[in-house]
Amino acid sequence: MAIGNKTRDNLWTLITAPTIWGVHFLLCYGSVAYGCAPNENIFQTIGGFRIFVGGLTVVALAGIGFVFMRALGEWRRNGGRIPHEEDSAEVRERFLEFSTVLLAGLSFIAVIYTALPAAMMVDCR
Amino acid sequence: MLAGAVVIWVAVIGLSVFATKIRPGAYGEKAGLRLIVWGGCVFPVVVLTALLVWGLQMMPVLRAEANGPTIAVSAERFWWRVAYDVDGEPGVAKSLPEGGVPSANEIWLPAGLRSEFLIGSPDVIHSLWIPSIAGKMDAIPGRVNRLVVEPTKPGVYNGVCAEFCGDAHAQMALRVVVVSPEEYEAYVARQSQPASVGADDEGFRRFTENGCDACHTVRGTAATGKVGPDLTHLASRRTIAAGTLPMSPENLATFVGFTHRVKPGVQMPSYGMLSEDEIAAIAGWLETLK
Ligand code: HEC
Ligand SMILES: [Cu+2]
Repeated sequence: MAIGNKTRDNLWTLITAPTIWGVHFLLCYGSVAYGCAPNENIFQTIGGFRIFVGGLTVVALAGIGFVFMRALGEWRRNGGRIPHEEDSAEVRERFLEFSTVLLAGLSFIAVIYTALPAAMMVDCR
Repeated sequence: MLAGAVVIWVAVIGLSVFATKIRPGAYGEKAGLRLIVWGGCVFPVVVLTALLVWGLQMMPVLRAEANGPTIAVSAERFWWRVAYDVDGEPGVAKSLPEGGVPSANEIWLPAGLRSEFLIGSPDVIHSLWIPSIAGKMDAIPGRVNRLVVEPTKPGVYNGVCAEFCGDAHAQMALRVVVVSPEEYEAYVARQSQPASVGADDEGFRRFTENGCDACHTVRGTAATGKVGPDLTHLASRRTIAAGTLPMSPENLATFVGFTHRVKPGVQMPSYGMLSEDEIAAIAGWLETLK
């Protein structure tokens, strides 16, 4: 279905941002849990893992930011307008773009919230 | 906390009054959109971020090292096994440390010190909750959880099991007695003493004859059972059977004679078949275990 856009939106582009969020979440918690296991020394510091989480967060935010800007840009350029109620391929495309924008915004904030503990905790407690 | 709740309450009630009484009727699309963006996105994100940061920076302080005693608390269906001054192990252990001064169903704490609970369970998941002193901490079989508490005000507090664990879950409470550090030391020293029981004591004889000693320990005697609570200083507690009845000779007799009517589901048989005199003799003797 060529509609004259750069990207053809589909369910995969829609879930890209939440997927980045999910992977980021998994790696953040998994890595620190791995570092602290079996948690015999609860005052052990987690400096390295905090840096890792920080780097990961920057990458994740960049990825989500890209998704956000792309979807928003295409939506705007093609005159997207809510509500997307019409029964056509064109409106379906706009609808997906708009949903992608919303999900990317949500994921962006979620990634920050996920990473915040690592910004504030210094050890395995 | 209360202030926050009041603010939220006033805001919610105020909004509902506004929307139903002061300005009923529909809003334009622009206004609705603005409400969603500011009220539904920006506002919660800002508030939640502030609360999250605030909560997170409080966490390490809450879990700082203890400078008071280490107390092992084993949550068992449906009572609390307590041991004072155990050797605390750092980090996560699979089972509670052995030893310490045994007690049950009542925990004394020194005011002004950070005491550390090591919390475990041999059967199912329970949760130790002393609302005035600390948040809940689960007691999980095969794992020891740590909870550091710092009571500041002497007094008697109530605690409960906060995780459904079976029939008598609702009757699995405990008293927490906060006293000065000196009184705490004296209390633990008293609890560490054996009971003084004459071998020819009528009540004690009935106690062993009926097999109570298979499950209960009375230190200083041949009773060394480990299934139920240590009874060495039973009468020094404020309650019977984990907060179920106030401590008194009559209530002791009631509990022994009608165990399952008082507290259904406990792992102690009812001794209703004993004669009233016999139960009274046992209860009278239990009452001397100060
Ligand atoms: C099968 C083991 C068993 C036997 C036998 C047994 N008990 Fe118990 N007993 C328990 C358990 C378990 C509890 C804890 C009940 C609860 O609160 O959940 C208990 C609790 C008690 C309590 C309350 C303790 C406290 O800390 O408040 C008293 C008193 C008591 N038993 C007395 C007796 C007497 C007297 C006998 C003999 C007539 C007896 N028990 C026989 C298992 C036993
Ligand atoms: Cu319980």
